[in-house]
Amino acid sequence: MKRRMSKATVSSLSNYGLIIAIFIIVQICSAAGVLTNQIEGLLIPVCIYVIAAISLNLVVGISGELSLGHAGFMCVGAFSSALFSRLMEDALPTGPRFFIAIVIGALVAAFFGFLIGIPVLRLRGDYLAIVTLAFGEIIKNLLNIVYLGRDENGLHLARNAGGLQMSAEGDTIIKGAQGISGTPRDSSFLVGIILILVTLFIVQNIINSRTGRAIMAIRDNRIAAESIGINVTKYKLLAFTVSAALAGVAGALYSHNLSSLTVSRFDYNMSILILVYVVLGGIGSIKGSIIATVILYVLPEMLRFLQDYRMLIYAIVLIAMMLFNWSPASIAWRERIKEKFKRNKTKGVS
Amino acid sequence: MSFLSYLINGISLGSVYAIIALGYTMVYGIAKMLNFAHGDVIMIGAYVVFTAMTGFQVNPVLAVIIAMVICTVLGIVIERVAYKPLRNASSNLAVLITAIGVSYLLQNIALLVFGADTKSFSSVVQLPSLVLGGGALTIQATTIVTIVANIVIMIALTLFVNRTKPGQAMQAVSEDRGAAELMGINVNGTIALTFAIGSALAAIAGALLCSAYSTLTPYTGAMPGIKAFVAAVFGGIGSIPGAMIGGLLLGVIENLSRAYISSEIADAIVFAVLIVVLLVKPAGLFGKNVQEKV
Amino acid sequence: MKMKKILGLSLAAAMALSLGACGDSASSSNSASGSGNTGTSADSGETAEGGTLKIGGIGPLTGDNAAYGLAVQRGAQIAVDEINAEGGINGMTVEFSMEDDVSDAETSVNAYNSLKDWGMQMLLGTVTSAPCIAVVAETADDNMFQLTPSGTAVECLGDAGNAFRVCFSDPSQGTASADYISENSLGENIGIIYNSSDPYSTGIYENFVSEATSLGMSIVAEEAFTDDSKSDFSVQLQKCQDAGADLLFLPIYYQEASLILQQASNMGFAPSFFGVDGMDGVLTVENFDTSLAEGVMLLTPFAANSEDENVQAFVSAYQEQYGETPIQFAADAYDGIYAIKLAAEQAGITADMSASDICDAMKTAMTEIELVGVTGTIRWTEDGEPDKEPMAVVIENGEYVTM
Repeated sequence: MKRRMSKATVSSLSNYGLIIAIFIIVQICSAAGVLTNQIEGLLIPVCIYVIAAISLNLVVGISGELSLGHAGFMCVGAFSSALFSRLMEDALPTGPRFFIAIVIGALVAAFFGFLIGIPVLRLRGDYLAIVTLAFGEIIKNLLNIVYLGRDENGLHLARNAGGLQMSAEGDTIIKGAQGISGTPRDSSFLVGIILILVTLFIVQNIINSRTGRAIMAIRDNRIAAESIGINVTKYKLLAFTVSAALAGVAGALYSHNLSSLTVSRFDYNMSILILVYVVLGGIGSIKGSIIATVILYVLPEMLRFLQDYRMLIYAIVLIAMMLFNWSPASIAWRERIKEKFKRNKTKGVS
Repeated sequence: MSFLSYLINGISLGSVYAIIALGYTMVYGIAKMLNFAHGDVIMIGAYVVFTAMTGFQVNPVLAVIIAMVICTVLGIVIERVAYKPLRNASSNLAVLITAIGVSYLLQNIALLVFGADTKSFSSVVQLPSLVLGGGALTIQATTIVTIVANIVIMIALTLFVNRTKPGQAMQAVSEDRGAAELMGINVNGTIALTFAIGSALAAIAGALLCSAYSTLTPYTGAMPGIKAFVAAVFGGIGSIPGAMIGGLLLGVIENLSRAYISSEIADAIVFAVLIVVLLVKPAGLFGKNVQEKV
Repeated sequence: MKMKKILGLSLAAAMALSLGACGDSASSSNSASGSGNTGTSADSGETAEGGTLKIGGIGPLTGDNAAYGLAVQRGAQIAVDEINAEGGINGMTVEFSMEDDVSDAETSVNAYNSLKDWGMQMLLGTVTSAPCIAVVAETADDNMFQLTPSGTAVECLGDAGNAFRVCFSDPSQGTASADYISENSLGENIGIIYNSSDPYSTGIYENFVSEATSLGMSIVAEEAFTDDSKSDFSVQLQKCQDAGADLLFLPIYYQEASLILQQASNMGFAPSFFGVDGMDGVLTVENFDTSLAEGVMLLTPFAANSEDENVQAFVSAYQEQYGETPIQFAADAYDGIYAIKLAAEQAGITADMSASDICDAMKTAMTEIELVGVTGTIRWTEDGEPDKEPMAVVIENGEYVTM
């Protein structure tokens, strides 16, 4: 590692600073009344995807594994937490209920991450990618035929509505493809920001610890890492499970933001979308993930004025941004511009 | 008899997956990238065939050839504009994301040009069905043509890769790009050629896919594309016979599990089988288990 | 290394945001008509004496379900153009702006928020069920009047009383279909093929099964497919055939239905087919061999070739503008706009009323009107459900014939 510890700390602190600054700016704008409904509506979703992107970055960037099943973990987190909230809607007050729901979302997702991680992490590269994609699709497929209802006799689980055999007052909570509706909408921007900070805290502490260095050593050279006694499976699994848990947190925030939750949203397209955020932001760069997520999530909404051409332009902008950020030719060109800029200022700061 | 019919339909579905998977596998072998836009090139190919056949009353075979030409050009352009600049990027994920961008782009172009409405695709194979056992078993001509086309394409590709100069150049580039370049192989040309062949195959796949299931929308290519990708991995990505066997197995497993287990979770079963196979053979059925250099 | 990336990213960000910024300034002037080619209905509206009434629409204009959203957009636009040509609603010119939600709940709420920024006073939407459930929670909070043309799930209307629908709900369709089949003894052994990943399809399927079971009908096969594998129906059809089904109930949309008809014919399986309102449109699928749909029965409120004068006028206007025959979604949207007109006139809505006041007035007015629309004569109950007669039609010689 070329980077010194102090630099890493500065970078971590600046990420907290960035999030807090965004929060303060939004609060000021909100108080001044200059935020449009559109922007206000985007605040919570942006938080959700920032958390998802940071957690995916832990797997893709830090651990160096390509995962295409991140939406599956979000899905599990979203459904388990929403189920809890629906069951406990009258039994618990909002604050504790939402807190427990988030914890449940994280734990259930972590459990699935662990379970899937054990066999899957033996695979490498694109094979790992396809298996994570497969798991995501399996989760989606199975949740599509889960029916769960509650009546005075307790809970009923079945694979179709008729199988529930509930009494007349029964309340069907999970309705297969129709998912869960009527989840209390507990998510707020403040909670979202706090959860981002928690996510940052967890991820950055892992990265800047012995564990993180071990994980990165495995990424950079697995055989060398193994030969100096690093337990490859353990560290990979750790990163994968933590990442899944945080995706579960994002899922919990998601399910408590909308009153309708269907499985179909959490397909491989969503996993890919999150991967796009991570890659565009610079693999391994947490700050990059945050900024890229904000830009790419808000962009299609801002392009609404283009009407029919909206997604077309979005696709073109995405390709252009990728070429601009990643192509060696464009990086070299940017270097030259920066050099010129530096020379003009005579004193360069790196 | 029903079992036989499930099996044949599975083989037919699998053959389409196999042709798509061949395109994936070839591109992967050479460029080491997952070309997520491949499914959408298929869709464009199908629209070209559709427009030629219904709009201009072109003979089906000619329509397919036109589609192959257009898709070939499209494939080369995509490679040149969107993928080539990123070939030496520091992570190969960059080009994957760009491919996703291209996929969105093609879908939305099709949406604007052809509209969102489903088109009913008339089969490019206008022959009568084969009826066996006094009507107990009907095999459609499209099914037979698909299976035959699949076998022909696989043999032709294998011969091409092993017996011709450009084919051997492809192998060399896929083995070691740098070394191939030093040996005087035109790497850019070879990669472009691979994309051209892959896209021409996509046009055929598009025509056969839509002939078999007679439906065409801007999103037609997406799911078969993903499944074919799975098939390619199943068989060992980079391997031509692997793609073919992977595609066929996938189609048969999908159809049989739909028939005998549950039509709701057939996809889950397919993916579960894939996972089991990969856990037992981590490089797919026909994949090379590359020894890592220490 | 890291600085470089961040620099690159922020440059890209600047690029994107500048695009976005253009968007903000342009959105107010640009959204008068739903799509680029729908004429200039409302451009002159700013000067009308009664002001303007802004109606927002939400539905999938891209993505898998784009056909439904576009149909709603077009149907609504035709109604808006007609109304404006005749002097608007209470002297107000109507502006209609449709936003894309890709049939996704999250995007739908985003679309709703951006419509609020546009100044929407009422909402015609959303087109599909799952987004509708999410948006109805928002409209209930804001007390915004919402009329969904085609959100069929029960939960689409919420329970705040601010939402109404034009189409039938899932339970009513499932039950009505079972009743109809049983009363007219259309089939002995019933097979069902439905889309298990689609709330609309499963909703009708479940209600159909429970009603059919209570009527003692014999269901011999219940086969599902999913959005991920909706092109090959050979297995489902084979199983229905093996089970001896003589009537196939298809609570699905016309795209898949057209495929099922095609593939059933290919394999030589010829039961009777019975569909619901989603089946409408099967005759308009481009290049579809309509002879395959011969004898298909469906329960639909709308028939594009009906003799009815209103329907004729609507269909010909639609064909003239968009070059295709309207499907039921377009008809629902067309009726939706006219229902808004009737109720707004009944309630005496004016342009300077707030969205919340409009909603309160509309809630009552909706239950008092009777709309003679293209999807039948409709009255609304207080809980937002339409009260109209489903019409059973059979396809003969490529046309709907009332049964």
